[in-house]
Amino acid sequence: MEGAVRTVRGSNMTLAQRAWNIRRKALLMGEVQGQGYIGQALGIADVLAASYFHALEYRAEDPEWEGRDRFLLSIGHYAIALYAVLMEAGILPEEELETYGMDDSRMPMSGMASYTPGMEITGGSLGHGLGIAVGMALGLKRKKNPALVYNLMSDGELGEGSTWEAAMSGAHHKLNNLICLVDFNNQQADGKSTEMLCSEPLEAKWEAFGWHCQRVDGNDLNAVVAAFDKARAVSEPKPRVIIFDTRMCKGVPFLESREITHFVRVEADEWSKALAVLEEGKPQ
Amino acid sequence: MARKYEQRRVPRITDGERMATSAMIASLAAEGYDTVNAPFGHALVDLAKKDDRIVGLTADLSKYTDLHVFANVMPDRFYQMGMAEQVLVSTAAGLAREGFIPFATTYAVFASRRAYDFIAMAIAEENLPVKIICALPGLTTGYGPSHQATEDLAIFRGLPNMTIIDPCDADDIAGMVPQIATHDGPVYSRLLRGKVPSVLTRHKPDYKFQLGKAQMIREGKDVLIISSGFMTMRALDAAERLAADNVDVAVLHVPTIKPLDTETILAEAGKGGRLVVTAENHTEVGGLGEAVARTLLTNGVAPSFRMIALPDEFLEAGALPTLHDMYEISVDKVAERIKGWL
Repeated sequence: MEGAVRTVRGSNMTLAQRAWNIRRKALLMGEVQGQGYIGQALGIADVLAASYFHALEYRAEDPEWEGRDRFLLSIGHYAIALYAVLMEAGILPEEELETYGMDDSRMPMSGMASYTPGMEITGGSLGHGLGIAVGMALGLKRKKNPALVYNLMSDGELGEGSTWEAAMSGAHHKLNNLICLVDFNNQQADGKSTEMLCSEPLEAKWEAFGWHCQRVDGNDLNAVVAAFDKARAVSEPKPRVIIFDTRMCKGVPFLESREITHFVRVEADEWSKALAVLEEGKPQ
Repeated sequence: MARKYEQRRVPRITDGERMATSAMIASLAAEGYDTVNAPFGHALVDLAKKDDRIVGLTADLSKYTDLHVFANVMPDRFYQMGMAEQVLVSTAAGLAREGFIPFATTYAVFASRRAYDFIAMAIAEENLPVKIICALPGLTTGYGPSHQATEDLAIFRGLPNMTIIDPCDADDIAGMVPQIATHDGPVYSRLLRGKVPSVLTRHKPDYKFQLGKAQMIREGKDVLIISSGFMTMRALDAAERLAADNVDVAVLHVPTIKPLDTETILAEAGKGGRLVVTAENHTEVGGLGEAVARTLLTNGVAPSFRMIALPDEFLEAGALPTLHDMYEISVDKVAERIKGWL
């Protein structure tokens, strides 16, 4: 049986079904606001499914459990995607879905630690997550806590100098408990990331900075799962990075084909269309 | 664009009156006072022996922030982050998230200007107990604007949750270290390093730093100086000089800039009959003087009021004594100005 349809631990659901559920929840939240970072959420859904239903250790009923793997959302605007997976994982109650981005909601548009159970840090000012991850990884080592720190960041954040300060630091301190996940969807606010400040050749850069680096198709669940397994199995005392090439709006073809997808404008009548299209692709 | 060098006279090398630029690691001179060596480093070691949560981090400035004292005694609890201030404070935030109390050191210019967004979002917004301890505050180096943190207090005063300390001397520094560690939130403190004068206990033998409290160091009926940082040193010395001219000067020391001890300030300034003068080693914009002025005005207390502060300019390079005279924060100039206002 292929990894993509492997049965997720503790349930009969496959990772593909989990990813589909994450996409659906994200679309429903997007519909609440009528707009949002839905392209990123659809694109990263497979990576999040593999994170929360294959790789991470956590206790849904106790999001601050000391033994949990830490999952840092450096890209605060991807909160819509993280809320979806936190609901799917049972950390956030699903009935809060319709409060997304509303007054008094625990789910603001940009993720903040003080608002949401399971949100480890306040991201959003880009280039912050990896440095905080370095500190947490050092702290876990001080405590002899074997948990891992995952930091999810974007290709656009590779332009921030602080990312590379943190990358050097992670390697310098031999942080083998740190795994960085880079969503490479080649989109940022003003256009293609590679046309703003090209970070290529990216694998060579991370390797030169002293990291174990993999680059895989982030919408191929088999490849994503294999990359997580490999990253965790590295025996060298160095931090690990997985670059996921993803497709913005993955799963909703008519949105995938839109030129500018950083902040997707979806007409009121298109949400139901998007949900219907997603429904057609529902994994069995 | 006019360049400064076009207006500058070329000094004669034989001019015996000119002083060399003091090295930036030089201690702050204060004539007539005993000094304590590296009070911050030693206080941190004492504290860390009692509290396992204390860790120290620096961005290539351990020797110039006295953190090397801690690093030498407890190398296992010291993190050298390299010349990377953004990851310095982010890493401190991460360690705080894991239950530690990090003391992160650098120069005040680098914390306030280069690392600000990281301090704001990774530390202050989440109210994490990171203590940022910074050398070369205000005009304590002759290296020019690249190293002179003349606006750091204004920058950090605007940041919610941040407690801000501007210590006067070795007594303040030794006293504050355990107290800020206990405070459950972020702290920015200015630091005097190297051989640091012990001033406050000489003027007031029972003086003890108290977080959040302003304290009268000297009573007087003609003038009330409200001061912070090493300007309290200047104020006390100026007060002695003015006493010889029969001017009776009180000095209220305000080492905690935020939250400001408005109660004590209002009580003292409200007594009436005294000229109130604020004195700070900081630009006149957004520091102690403006904070006190706002406190007085919004509470209907309106004494005669003057500010001693650095001008709203990028300051000159040169020898510190020359610069302190030039910008009128030396003892001579403080005494002279106060006399002129009476």
